This record gives sequence, C-alpha cells and structure tokens, in this order.
Amino acid sequence: MTSSKNTSLFRSVDRITGGVLGLLALVSGGMVLLIVWHLLSGAWPAIEAGRLGDFFTDTKWQPGSQRDPQFGVVPMLVGSLLVTLLAVALALPMGLASAIFHRYYAPDFLEHWNRRIMELLIGVPAVIFGFWGLMVVVPAIVQLAPDTPGQSLLAGGIVLGLMILPLIALTSQAALQAVPAAQLQAAAGLGLGRARTIWSVALPAAKGGIITGILLSMARAVGETMAVVLVCGNVPQIPASLFDPIRPITSTIALEMGYATASHKALLFCAALILVLFTALLVGWCSFRRIKHDPGIGGA
Amino acid sequence: MTSLPQPRPRSPGSRWLDRTFAVAGALAAFLSLALFTWLIWDLVRLGLPRLSWDFLFGEVDDAGRAGGIAPLLVSTLWILLCCLVVAIPFGIGCALWLSEFVRRGSLVARLVTGGVDLLSSVPSIVFGLFGMVFFAQTLGMGFSILSGGLTLACMILPLLVRTTLTALESIPADLRPASAALGLTRTTSTVKVLLPAALPGIVAGITLGIARALSETAALLFTSGYATRMPGSFFDSGRALSVHIYDLALNVANGGPMASSSALVLLTLILVVNAVAVALSEHWLRRRHSFS
Repeated sequence: MTSSKNTSLFRSVDRITGGVLGLLALVSGGMVLLIVWHLLSGAWPAIEAGRLGDFFTDTKWQPGSQRDPQFGVVPMLVGSLLVTLLAVALALPMGLASAIFHRYYAPDFLEHWNRRIMELLIGVPAVIFGFWGLMVVVPAIVQLAPDTPGQSLLAGGIVLGLMILPLIALTSQAALQAVPAAQLQAAAGLGLGRARTIWSVALPAAKGGIITGILLSMARAVGETMAVVLVCGNVPQIPASLFDPIRPITSTIALEMGYATASHKALLFCAALILVLFTALLVGWCSFRRIKHDPGIGGA
Repeated sequence: MTSLPQPRPRSPGSRWLDRTFAVAGALAAFLSLALFTWLIWDLVRLGLPRLSWDFLFGEVDDAGRAGGIAPLLVSTLWILLCCLVVAIPFGIGCALWLSEFVRRGSLVARLVTGGVDLLSSVPSIVFGLFGMVFFAQTLGMGFSILSGGLTLACMILPLLVRTTLTALESIPADLRPASAALGLTRTTSTVKVLLPAALPGIVAGITLGIARALSETAALLFTSGYATRMPGSFFDSGRALSVHIYDLALNVANGGPMASSSALVLLTLILVVNAVAVALSEHWLRRRHSFS
C-alpha cells in the first residue's frame, strides 16, 4: 500500500522537522542558563574566598588599592537605584500625561502620528543619548550650579528619563486603549465629565498595564550602561545631593572589566549577577502581572 | 480622540478640571516631542558640517579625530551579518516549534518561553561579559567580529522569537485546519502555508532586530574589540560605529565633533531601518484586517 507508506514517510519528515526545531528552541530557551552559569563561574573565585561579606559591608569601592583594598558594592547599588527612580519620576508624569492627551483630547491623526514617532524614538541608541547628555545636559547643569562638575545623578536621571519616555508613553497609551468602551459609556451615562471619567474610570482600569510599563522601563533603565557612563561622573559614592556624581553598577563593569584581574574581576562578575537578578525580578514580575491581571496588554 | 463621550460639564469645577487635564496633557505631549527634536537638531547641527564623501569612505585617522569611518561601517555590517545568520534560524525555529509543534501550555513549552523571556531581561553589558567569557575565551574566538556578532545574536533572539510568535498567532485561524484537511504534513503546511502568511510580521521583527543590533554598544565593548583598521576576516577585531562614538566621547580629547558626525550617521541608519519596520508592520496589520 503506497498511501500508508507515504503517510509513515510524512510522519517521519514531521518528526525530523520537529526534532530540529525543538533543538533550536531548547538552545534558545537554555541560553539564559548558559549565561547565568558563566556569570556564576566567573564570580566563583570571589564567593569561594568569602569576599561576598566585604562586598556588602565595605563602604568604599577601591579594588585596585594596594594599601587598603575595599570592595563595597552598596554605593553603586544605591547609585543604580537612585538614577533609575529619578528617571521614572521624570518620565512617568510626562509620558502618562501625553498618553492621556493623545487618547482623549487630541484628534485621531495626532494620536496616530505620535505613536509612530514614539515607535521610531524607542530605537534611538543609548550611546547617542549619553553623548547628547554629555554635550548638552551636563554643560546646562554646570550653568545652573556653577560649583558642581555637571556630571551627576541629575544628568543621569534626565538622560535616562528621556530614554525611557517613549516606552512609558507607548505602554500607557496601549493600556488606555484597552479600557473597555462599555465602562467609558457607563461613566458618560452617569453624567460624569470628561476629566472625571479619565480620573475615576479610565486610569483605574488601565492601572495594571501602566504599572507593567513602568516595571519594564525600570528594567531597561537599571540595565542601561551607555547613557549613564558618559554623564554620571563615575565616582562610586552615595550622593548627598542631585548634583553629586554617582557610578551605577553597569558603568563600573564597563569601565573596569577591560583591565580587572583576579578577585577584582570576580567581584565584577558578582556585580553582574546582582544586576541580572534585579532585572530578572522586574521582568518576571511583569510577565506574572500580565498573565494574572491584564491578558492582552502587550508590553514593549 | 476616541469613543469617550463628552457630556457638557455640569459644574464650573469639572470644567476647570477638564481644562487643566487638556492643558497639562498638551504641554507634556509637546514637551516630549520638543525634547527629541532638540536632541536630533543638536546632532544635525554639530554633525552635518563634517559629513562628506571623505568622511563616509575614509580611513580612521588620529584616534578618530580626523579621517573617516569606512572601516567602522564595514565592521558594523559584518557584525550585523554574523548576528543575523545565527539569530534568524534560532529565533524563527524556536517560535515555529513553540507555536506549531508542541502543545501550548505543556511544561517544556512553558520552560522555553520562560527562558526566552528571562533572556530578554538580561542587560546588554551582561551579554558583553558573557560573550567575552564564552565566545572570546572558552570558544577561542578572541576579540573578533565573530564574537561580537554571536553575542548580539543572543541579545536579539528573544525579540525575534516574540515577533515571530505574534506573527504566527495572527494568521487567520482557518488556515491550519484547511491545510490539514488537504492532507499536508505539518512540515509542508508550516513551510508552504504558515510561514508565507506570517512572513511580513517576521520581516518586521527582523528589521527591529537589525535596528537593535546596530544601536548596541555595551555588548560589543568586550567582544568585538577596538581595532579601527579595515577588517580582513570575521576573526579580526573590528570596532562598531556605536563603540566608536562611545570611545570618542569618553577617551579621546576633542573627539566631540567627529563623534557627533558618527552619531548622525548611526541615527540616520537606525531611523531608516526602524521606519521600514513600522511601515512593514502597519502594512501587515492592514492586510490582516482585509483577510477577516
């Protein structure tokens, strides 16, 4: 019987295709394990030598010093967190207000074009933001506060904020778009004005999607290197004011990996592990929220 | 403006609130566009005077303060080529497998999806570290275009998987049973029916991946190296355009003017690629609507 022979031939073709594709998929899915494994093995010398304690208790980062080597990661952790929070604090009001405006006040074509432009701007390279910050934002800060170096927490926050602005605007817009029309009509039926409807109906309904967007942008900001390394001043300290220079974890890795050796290098890998843990938590939280609360609202 | 109905505000208070919302929103919208216009205008203002034929096709001179960017453009394109040759089969293969060959929601499918999602959360500098240890040292490729390209391939992989999955999901639902009813094997139906139907979405995803790879700097710092001469093979070290901007801004005194010109070239490249991606996905959305 040729037909049954054909069928079994076809089946085995399917099996081969499935096998090949499955292999590609397993490699893709397992890549993250390979990365974590290599980070761990890079960090192992430091963990084994019991340096992790110094890592969190030392107050300074001077790994190259012969006399008094110190390996405190805390100032850089604080730097990363502060610059990220500042960026979100600057970008969120603007992005959200702009999304509300385009959704409920502006004419349709404006919303359409704004989305297109934001989709384009989301791709502007981080190094260009950093370079522009160095050429424009830093001198502006020096003019504002003449006694400071200009390269500071504030400069980093502004540049990072500008960088995540399109992402926040787009995710907020998508979240507002997903608010069921029936809810808005019900609000109108109750005689609520436009502003009241937005404030009491649309924003609460879109809250989940907006928060997902914020978490995604935070993950992007925390992991960003190029935008901050050029404008933050790179002094590993806990800043006392907005105008003090800081040094986020990412900058430290970028600046020191080129020449680091032995335990210094292993500690940089530890720093990278902490960074990965942080962004993985943020993104994992996002996917969890998306599954649980608002299926259908896409993130980035 | 959407379906939001606008009843006449009842009280002066609510009218005042409405006006405040409108003004604040318009201001924010204007300000965010103005900031980006300022950024792009600055790049054009600083970068355009130096932009010339000699700049685009000249050798790098005096650590980048003089000369052109030809070798960097070539290195960038080679890195991109390496990246795509590896990332496209893995990305599309993974998405096809997840969408057509395993049961959705099965443990292995969830594990692979979770792994890819986690991969997308890894910061680019960490990809750089990984590439340095794995590709450059363990696999012995050294600081080379190949190491850089492979590192970038890992980085854009989640993006390709996601966009391909979305494209496959938005294929009209009746195509699958229809091709099964014709007696096509899963392989034939995937290759001849589903892939062509999803192609515009996949191409849009690849275009986004290209833009992402072009703009990446941190992952290339410790993988593809700093050499500014014309690369001779994939095992040569080659500096990408984005790394060049970083180096000029941070390490080279008076590198600013040349950095702005390089930044202008890079930005133009990326905006063009991104515009193609946006146009493709809009075109594809329209086609999908005309299907149903």
